[in-house]
Amino acid sequence: MGISKIWIYGESTGGVVSTATLELLAKARTIGDTVEVVVHGDASAVAAELGEHGASTVLSVGELGDGLPGPRVASAMATAIDAGNGPDVLLFATSYDGRDVAGRLSAKIDAPVITNVVDLTVDGDRLLGVESIFGGSLDISTGFTGDGTAIFLVRPKSFAAESAGGAAAAVDSLEGGDLGNTGGSTVKDRFAEESTGPKLDEAAIVVSGGRGLGSAEHYELIETLAGLLKGAAGASRAVVDAGWVPYSYQVGQTGKVVKPAVYLACGISGATQHLVGMKGSANIIAINKDEEAPIFGVADLGIVGDLHKVVPKLIEALQARA
Amino acid sequence: MNVVVCVKQIPDPADPGQMDPETRTLKRDVKLILDESDSYGVEMGLQLVDAAGEGEVVLVSMVPNSEVGGLRTALAMGAGSAVLVSDEALAGSDALSTAKVLAAAIRRCEPDLVLTATESSDGYTGTVPVQIAELLDLPSVTFAKSIEVSGDTATVQRQTEDGYDVIECSLPCVVSVTAGVVEPRYPSFKGIMAAKNKPVDELDLAALGIDPATVGWTGARQEIVATAEAPAGEAGEIIHDEGDAHERILAFLDDLKIL
Repeated sequence: MGISKIWIYGESTGGVVSTATLELLAKARTIGDTVEVVVHGDASAVAAELGEHGASTVLSVGELGDGLPGPRVASAMATAIDAGNGPDVLLFATSYDGRDVAGRLSAKIDAPVITNVVDLTVDGDRLLGVESIFGGSLDISTGFTGDGTAIFLVRPKSFAAESAGGAAAAVDSLEGGDLGNTGGSTVKDRFAEESTGPKLDEAAIVVSGGRGLGSAEHYELIETLAGLLKGAAGASRAVVDAGWVPYSYQVGQTGKVVKPAVYLACGISGATQHLVGMKGSANIIAINKDEEAPIFGVADLGIVGDLHKVVPKLIEALQARA
Repeated sequence: MNVVVCVKQIPDPADPGQMDPETRTLKRDVKLILDESDSYGVEMGLQLVDAAGEGEVVLVSMVPNSEVGGLRTALAMGAGSAVLVSDEALAGSDALSTAKVLAAAIRRCEPDLVLTATESSDGYTGTVPVQIAELLDLPSVTFAKSIEVSGDTATVQRQTEDGYDVIECSLPCVVSVTAGVVEPRYPSFKGIMAAKNKPVDELDLAALGIDPATVGWTGARQEIVATAEAPAGEAGEIIHDEGDAHERILAFLDDLKIL
């Protein structure tokens, strides 16, 4: 009988659907007979785009007001699931809000979640989530043993978003219950940080710095180089944990997955945590003093040398060309 | 103000893990240390207790084997005591089972605030903080950059894709703390000595009223059905910098016609 109904948690900003949501739709429409997207906010503003990408229906939980998505969306999903109107499979992107909703829902309906999924495969009547571990050297496929809604958290960039040329999706509503204490978080203000150049997970070139930079002020080398290459600046976990740059710069298992045309790793040893986030890049250049650094195992061009010598010369040469 | 900080004791990440071929989970028979991700929550908790001028940080953790090495590190930083759920039946617990056990232990502490990391460094499912919040019927804020507490309200800066949101949250609540947002203090010698005598309340599942069959291997409702070696990529070109490596990089980029 296969997998009949799939739900996707749909995220959007200002009426534009997130790429991660469209990626999930591209995969889901090849697996399920029916694909529906659960959203909050104005469903009619996203119905055309979601329909074009394969959704038959957009289910709206309504406006959040100043509430966070987690409790409201999870409550609406759980109400439908408890009433027997839920899907066979529920897909979330590994995003800030995706994890909030998936975690809340999991506890509400007492269903485990398969996380860190990079691929989905059909195994008879059930879906398996493929997770890449040990720096991407081993793929493990995990499935649920029981009945009930199968919840997966899928890492962005696992699939390619592609239009299916579908008609606008129908719009319906999904009612939730009373949130009680769980609705006690409210958004008071929003701040966007000024950024120039492309976004880290969309840039064609990413320049990342690691512990080899030595200190916070040397991160400027990475930003200068990224600017000259019209790329985005990233960082390893060590640099983020040290507080040199914000979490939003982090590439890796904890952090963003990037797949640029060129990834330039400066002073990054290549811990498995980092490799998972960048090894899908089309071309990888690595600069590291340690010849034995694991980053050289995935590099197309490896420079054994001091980044403090190589990068300034590279910056100078690029400035001379400009 | 009483702050519970959930901490995990994990194998040293510098010592790469191995998978047990029989159970298909990570081997856990090595010495455990405090997950570095949790040191930020411990530091944040200590600062909030200091600011409040009263209360203490209580650690909550779980292991199958009574290990306390990582807890002692956090106690040496300044946490007052710890609750350790230790039971052989916990081995192999998935994230939801973990959240159930931690939630039951946290409930006994009656905290004003529960802090966690955003995800552990060895399992990184990232769902446990909100699962705990839901099980305890509490509000939550994930990916906190900063936390201020005033009266019965926490004001939290929450990391977003392009900046941060300011969230107000009624206490008690669960907040997950992003790594790198505070500088965890190093334990002083005095702190290390004091930590040896701080109370660690060890509980088994029976003491929490949890059926061992619902956690660990027996309670896991997912299974690994296949493992496969990922195809290895082709080895690239490795050169030693002789002062002209930048030219080699430029040539590489030029060949790609990317500039």
